[in-house]
Amino acid sequence: MESAPLAPRSALPPVSPRRRRTDRAVRALLWLATGLALVPLVLIIFYILKKGIGALSVEFFTTDPTGNFLGAKGGVKSAILGTIEIVGFATLVAVPLGVGVALYLTEYGAGRLAQAVRFFVDVMTGVPSIVFGLFVYLTLVLAGTGGSSFAGWKGSAALALLMLPVVTRSAEVVLKLVPDSLREAALALGAPRWKVIVRVVLPSAASGIVTGALLAVARAAGETAPLLFTATIVKATTLDLNQPMNSLPAQIFQDLKQPDDELVQRAWGAAITLVAMILIVTLIAKSIQRRSRAMGVR
Amino acid sequence: MHPNGEAPPMTDLNDPDTGAGTTGSAADAARPAASRPEPSPDGASVGARPAGELHSIRLEQLSAFYGDHQAVKGVSMTFEAGEVTAIIGPSGCGKSTMVRCINRMHEEIPGARFEGRVLLDEVDLHAPEVDVVAVRRVVGMVFQKPNPFPTMSVYDNVAAGLRFIGAGRGELDDRVREALVGASLWDEVKERLGKPGAGLSGGQQQRLCIARALAVDPEVLLMDEPCSALDPVATLRIEELIAELKQRVTIAIVTHNMQQAARVADTTAFMLSGELIEVAATDKIFTNPGDERTEQYVSGKFG
Amino acid sequence: MEAGTQAAPGGGRSLDRSPLARLPDRVVRIGLTAISAAILLLLAYFFVKLALEARPVFEKFGVLNFVFENNWDVSKGIYGALPLLVGTLITSALALTIGVPVAVAVALFLTELCPRRARGSLTVLVDMLAAVPSVVYGLWAFYFLIPKLKPVEQWFADTFHFVPFVATENVAGPNYFIAGLILAIMILPIVSAISREVLSTVPADQKEASLALGATRWEMIRTSMLPYARRGIVGGSMLGLGRAIGETIAVTIVIGDNPILGHSIFDQGYTLAAVIANEFSEAASDPLHKAALIGAGLVLFVLTLLVNSIARLLVIRSERQGSKPIAVGH
Repeated sequence: MESAPLAPRSALPPVSPRRRRTDRAVRALLWLATGLALVPLVLIIFYILKKGIGALSVEFFTTDPTGNFLGAKGGVKSAILGTIEIVGFATLVAVPLGVGVALYLTEYGAGRLAQAVRFFVDVMTGVPSIVFGLFVYLTLVLAGTGGSSFAGWKGSAALALLMLPVVTRSAEVVLKLVPDSLREAALALGAPRWKVIVRVVLPSAASGIVTGALLAVARAAGETAPLLFTATIVKATTLDLNQPMNSLPAQIFQDLKQPDDELVQRAWGAAITLVAMILIVTLIAKSIQRRSRAMGVR
Repeated sequence: MHPNGEAPPMTDLNDPDTGAGTTGSAADAARPAASRPEPSPDGASVGARPAGELHSIRLEQLSAFYGDHQAVKGVSMTFEAGEVTAIIGPSGCGKSTMVRCINRMHEEIPGARFEGRVLLDEVDLHAPEVDVVAVRRVVGMVFQKPNPFPTMSVYDNVAAGLRFIGAGRGELDDRVREALVGASLWDEVKERLGKPGAGLSGGQQQRLCIARALAVDPEVLLMDEPCSALDPVATLRIEELIAELKQRVTIAIVTHNMQQAARVADTTAFMLSGELIEVAATDKIFTNPGDERTEQYVSGKFG
Repeated sequence: MEAGTQAAPGGGRSLDRSPLARLPDRVVRIGLTAISAAILLLLAYFFVKLALEARPVFEKFGVLNFVFENNWDVSKGIYGALPLLVGTLITSALALTIGVPVAVAVALFLTELCPRRARGSLTVLVDMLAAVPSVVYGLWAFYFLIPKLKPVEQWFADTFHFVPFVATENVAGPNYFIAGLILAIMILPIVSAISREVLSTVPADQKEASLALGATRWEMIRTSMLPYARRGIVGGSMLGLGRAIGETIAVTIVIGDNPILGHSIFDQGYTLAAVIANEFSEAASDPLHKAALIGAGLVLFVLTLLVNSIARLLVIRSERQGSKPIAVGH
């Protein structure tokens, strides 16, 4: 073989400018898309603040809508309280049931029934809220269950149906993450299964379950349609869940249809309130999630 | 004898006895070609490198950091053209990190940083005007766990790199075949080029990854413990392949298996805790190492 | 309560737990099983109840006619739900067409391009789109978007009049397009969140394989990430589709509530969900009308069940793909 001095290279093979251009173009598109996605959020927040901030006052939060055509229009106290009551009651029902189903699926469910339950719970997450509202209307409102036609608790029932699959799904994910070794250790110590669940599994998964529940609450609080058929809309504050009850989404929806500037502004003020409430719940949920992740528990 | 900063005792490239002669031209575009097809837009040309046009990698005071932790401390050495250089050392000594600095994969890790220089012949691979994409084409890599693209066929796996550089459809068939031949896999897959790459055995997958890396005609091939996930028969096949490949690419192989280094490498470098302790001809490292720590490692006293 | 030992009559010790001690376990197990089975029964009951209440309208028109007849005329008591069904499909298709590419692009941005320090806050911001209640979306779209976009839509309809379903004399304020647009914004957080999850499960060694071959970032995404994540992204999009199909209040505000099959995406329209919300109070006294609305609800229910079943299957299959072992041998 001939020997010859090794000629050093002075540059690497060039990269086609087309490739670099495409790469840059795609990067720009991705940046653009993200900006685009955030534009509506910013616009909406600005808009509701602009339109509704004037309505926020002490009266706004402490008086009920009067329904007067002339004179004082009142605030949205009954709507705020109504939302809290209806969603609160729905949570009280949906979370234990949802966690119960999730526990069944993780701790006891290996057979056909469990597979069917899991699949249908998943599918249930997609059922529109209005269908649930319709269903509750047909079964509870028309039948006059509980001695009332429209009632706050029936609105809660519709919302609970909406929340249940969400709670179940997120609880199941978190429960599955509790390591089996933990369960086995407790069982090996002679603890009965239910105690293992209550003392070991649930505490481990607690923060994840709370996060899932809070996100379900945030979702339910924003729903309008099911409430229109079940809790309907009233003016007065009531603490009786067996009566028709006001709620923020319903109030907003009704007020904005009125040709009255004050009512319109009040509606936007109510929108600010509702968005703020949902945001707070969402942010709490996310911070719990982040903190538990940082501690090494998922 | 400490190698840091000193030129390790190497065979003279211009010595006819080593058989590593060279041809004149360095620029790809000007490569004399009797029957070579058209170069693709990235200026590469096809197939086997004319015997001898081989390139070396030189590290100058290379240091690598993950955040504040320093994994490689001021390593200087040369991977001689046309040779197989093995890097041995206990787990965590920084050998993989060092090698990943050569093809600039180290910088893909968030918070990672490096100092020093890496030169391919006289080209500083980290110079600002150098495109990292070009570096990675010229310096190929084979990973510890075979990682063929699972959604692609055998053919598409090998062609992947060629498609990046815009090789024309006419060229693809030839170059894929040559790469598979070069990786000693052609006979086994020629009837099943359209089948998924993930359906092969472990050893075959690794040779597929080698073919994939060879397809773009690199000048240097980095192998990061390429056989550690494979059984002995597959390992042997790949070691035989390495012996053939060194005629067209300069090879750097990281290995925790000293016997492997002894079998395949011309030169061996020993690293410990991020430092290059010693680099010398493989024979010397294993029979008469200069540094006491090298001696302890190769005789199995630790590691 | 001790899981203790008992003295058996013969004087030896038995390690059996007393039946009393086992009771809580059994109660818990039976209780949880019962609740879960009850969910299944509840869903079945839904379906049956809806079908029963809708029977009057099916008996009058026949199921197929009800669903596929293009004539929804309340005043004449004729109920053919085709304009509603088509309206649902059009708005959902628009929502997917606009929303999914943006959602995937955002997911790619957050996983690959976003500077690490900003990643957390930007993710939270994108997820916050889900915190806005649908009624606020609808009203904002009605008061802000519609007037602002009308001239743009008119220009688009005039310029691209040759494209099918675009041309229209007068762009209606509320129309299919605005509904589709607002739905796109509403499904963006969920599609983006799922895409993000799926994209982040792409194994690092796949990405390294591309990069080490000399791929640009986009080429790596195109080769190693998108094919791998494709199934999961499609699954996520179908979940978004399910949400779009069922969205009621935002759509009813911005679609015009006109049960005519429009010729252009800039015409007014109607959807299954919107008709139920809108006409329910007036239907209270008209049993046939009420049955028709419930029938629309049934169609909606079936549609969402279908879409979501497919979505779940796809997402499950893509999760399984991630843990598929590689063939071992030599």
